[in-house]
Amino acid sequence: MSLLEVKNLNITFDTPEGIVRAVSSVNFNLDKNDSLAVVGESGSGKTQLVFSILGLLAKNATSLGSIKFKSKEILNASEKELNSIRSKKISIIFQDPMTSLNPYMRICDQLNEVLIHHKGISKKEALQESIRMLDAVKIPKAKNRINMFPHEFSGGMRQRVMIAMSLLCNPDIIIADEPTTALDVTVQAQIIELFKEIKKEFQTSLILITHNMGIVDQISKKTLVLYAGRIMEYGLTKDIFMNPSHPYTRGLIEAIPRIDLEYESLKTIPGDPPNMLERTKNCVFRSRCQKPTHDCKEGNIPMGLIEVNPGHWVDQCCINCG
Amino acid sequence: MIIFKKNIETLSKNLSSDEIQGRSLWYDARMRFFKNKAAVTSLFLLLAILFFSFFGPLLAQWSNEEIDWNVLGDIAILGSPSFETGHYFGTDELGRDLYSRVIQGTKISLMVGVVGALIAVFVGTLYGAIAGYFGGKLDNLMMRLVDIFMSIPYMFVLILLLVIFGRSIIMLFIGIGLISWLDMARIVRGQTLSIKQKEFVEAALATGVGNFTIIIRHIIPNLLGVVAVYATLLVPGMILTESFISFLGLGVQEPNTSWGALISEGAGTMSYGTLWQLLFPLFFFVVSLLSFFFIGDGLRDALDPKDR
Amino acid sequence: MSTHLLLSVKNIKVEFDVNTQFHLPWQKKETIKAVDGVSFNLNEGETLGIVGETGCGKSSLARAIIKMIPSKSGNVLWMGEEIFLFDKNKTKKMRKEIQMIFQDPLASLNPRMNIGEIISEPLRTHYPRISKLDIKNAVSDMMQKVGLLPNLVNRYPHEFSGGQCQRIGIARALILKPKLVICDEPVSALDVSIQGQVINLLKSLQTEFKLSLIFITHDLSIAKHISDNILVLNFGKVVEFNSSKEIFRAPKHSYTKKLISSIYQPKIDF
Repeated sequence: MSLLEVKNLNITFDTPEGIVRAVSSVNFNLDKNDSLAVVGESGSGKTQLVFSILGLLAKNATSLGSIKFKSKEILNASEKELNSIRSKKISIIFQDPMTSLNPYMRICDQLNEVLIHHKGISKKEALQESIRMLDAVKIPKAKNRINMFPHEFSGGMRQRVMIAMSLLCNPDIIIADEPTTALDVTVQAQIIELFKEIKKEFQTSLILITHNMGIVDQISKKTLVLYAGRIMEYGLTKDIFMNPSHPYTRGLIEAIPRIDLEYESLKTIPGDPPNMLERTKNCVFRSRCQKPTHDCKEGNIPMGLIEVNPGHWVDQCCINCG
Repeated sequence: MIIFKKNIETLSKNLSSDEIQGRSLWYDARMRFFKNKAAVTSLFLLLAILFFSFFGPLLAQWSNEEIDWNVLGDIAILGSPSFETGHYFGTDELGRDLYSRVIQGTKISLMVGVVGALIAVFVGTLYGAIAGYFGGKLDNLMMRLVDIFMSIPYMFVLILLLVIFGRSIIMLFIGIGLISWLDMARIVRGQTLSIKQKEFVEAALATGVGNFTIIIRHIIPNLLGVVAVYATLLVPGMILTESFISFLGLGVQEPNTSWGALISEGAGTMSYGTLWQLLFPLFFFVVSLLSFFFIGDGLRDALDPKDR
Repeated sequence: MSTHLLLSVKNIKVEFDVNTQFHLPWQKKETIKAVDGVSFNLNEGETLGIVGETGCGKSSLARAIIKMIPSKSGNVLWMGEEIFLFDKNKTKKMRKEIQMIFQDPLASLNPRMNIGEIISEPLRTHYPRISKLDIKNAVSDMMQKVGLLPNLVNRYPHEFSGGQCQRIGIARALILKPKLVICDEPVSALDVSIQGQVINLLKSLQTEFKLSLIFITHDLSIAKHISDNILVLNFGKVVEFNSSKEIFRAPKHSYTKKLISSIYQPKIDF
């Protein structure tokens, strides 16, 4: 039985300008000790997808479908049920480490707060546990630095503190929302290595959200490529890199910044992420596809995932294009 | 090589197409404001009161100075509100028509509130923006002046002014104008300090835009949200100040009147059974003040920085 | 490529006062040396990449060069003239010739102005008597060049995506046809798939407008692609300066080697 099962997830937002379809028909599973990367540009719905798992969506959102955590339905569950899962069973690391920490509280207080609330242990024990966790995320001189304020840490350090905070209750799943986006490229490598070690040491499952395909190969076993809220490609990371079957995936892979290659001009996906208010007939990607077929341009080919290889799913309408 | 891979036909079609109307942040805020039922109701009520103060005199049968000798003997019974005598709101202790007096009071009180708020907006905004933008010694000097003015008990000064220079509307405006801009200057200076750190101000500096142009074009438009909210909450404050002064008997001189003066008179005659003399001005006073508060609240919600 | 010297920076130093809590008048003020003696030359038509991690002083360096923040010491020669000796008029003229593009695409645009007003602001500042029609044409022309549809001219910044906002920033910087554009981490806040669009646009506009660029970034792979020469900064000091080919082929300084090796590259062979 999978740890997390998402079936036919649809999230819509009721805005003054109309209905925004943030996520449409998303299905995926996450097993114990598994790792999944959700890749897509800004506005593709990746953050809304994981917010729906933890019930963090805005009030004007409507979620349909099913999300089962350990066979228990958690989509649209009550606040009480969700609070028993948040941080304890599923924890989330938000996007910007600069603003995720309370600037007025010391690090020790922020970490202790999680432990005291969820595990009910004493302050002394919580401090011990917090120091242990900061050591695990390789913060030097953890015992001394734990009394500092967030502004005294660099961006990379703050991200490590966030990772430590997410591990405190030994959750089953950690969701990391663009953990390296706000950091320097050189710190990125350290954080990715850290995630690898964490996974091994703590045996947690990981959902990693990013817009950069280039960082997923070492951390995630499976990759889900999202565009305009729909799955374009889904399968083992290895398969997707070796045999990208969707033009969007190919575009994302080509856009990975490389220092070992030379190009005349950087490879890019032309155009901009879609306006989620507009409803397109069938293929949502065709306005940015480099070589759409005639049928696709007319909107004749319906969307829907088909299995091109065992465990490797691609949206059928784009297989023949690009 | 243009990055967009649109073909030439669509490009030329788009070139000749009409310019799409943009959706400014003020438009968004307006939409949010009009969804707020309390705020919209308050807006209507205020407009109704304004309408009343302008067109009410057309329906009045008595002027605000005329004494109705018929009711003087027994105000409590003869002076009560009725349509036959033409005293819709009744009369006051001296036999003057309360309806016209209330209209007069409404005009004066609203004028004091709005003028005070306007002085605060213009003087306070410019003063605070200049102090906040230039910073350093100039900012220090300007803000210490504000501190000094603020530390003087304004009620004391106001009363002193009115006693020395005589009670008149002009004096009241001067007195209220002297104090109303201080808070606004403080608030605007604080906002300016945070706005001037923003990248678009830096971009304007790098372009070579002059300092005063930056203040007018970049800083002040981004402050107006806060200023608008605060100004709407300032109006009731001004009216209350003026009412208190008038209640003490130091405000506008007869035959002019204001809500405060009317309420003062009405409160004094409560025991004689002429409750209408208190209730009518009090009703307008309370409704106006509450409306301003709700509108201010509505503006604050509509201009929420998060959605900006 | 002409070897006409455009910008010459000599030993520039920038210091910031650290606000200590309790500072007695005779106590020495603590300062942070943001830029500690940086020198380089830039020729016409060249692109210089300034690379370093967060806090190395690259943004302070850029702002000090164009007098947006005060420098403690040093010289900056713009077309042979000392910038720090310019009076108000000459400084304004310099601002016409050196423009800047900023990191956060949305924050660098005034949310209360539509993009027509934003892009035309430099024109209205330096040519106050220019006619409305000329402004309209110039803005429309510039918008097309950066890949934006001219009929969007009345839209507001929050109605655009990050990549489009950065194009607006580029249009604003280029409308005066400057000689040098300083780009302060212009693509760091954009998605990887959009970064390439903006970089390619900058490169093509550089050729079209005959621009020189100073490109500040923390990402060596981007610097490699766009720069002729690269300057590596660490703690406000120049660590290495070489052509971008050479820096990658044979990095000399240990810090440069560390920077190159710590960039994460995918290990799957694809």
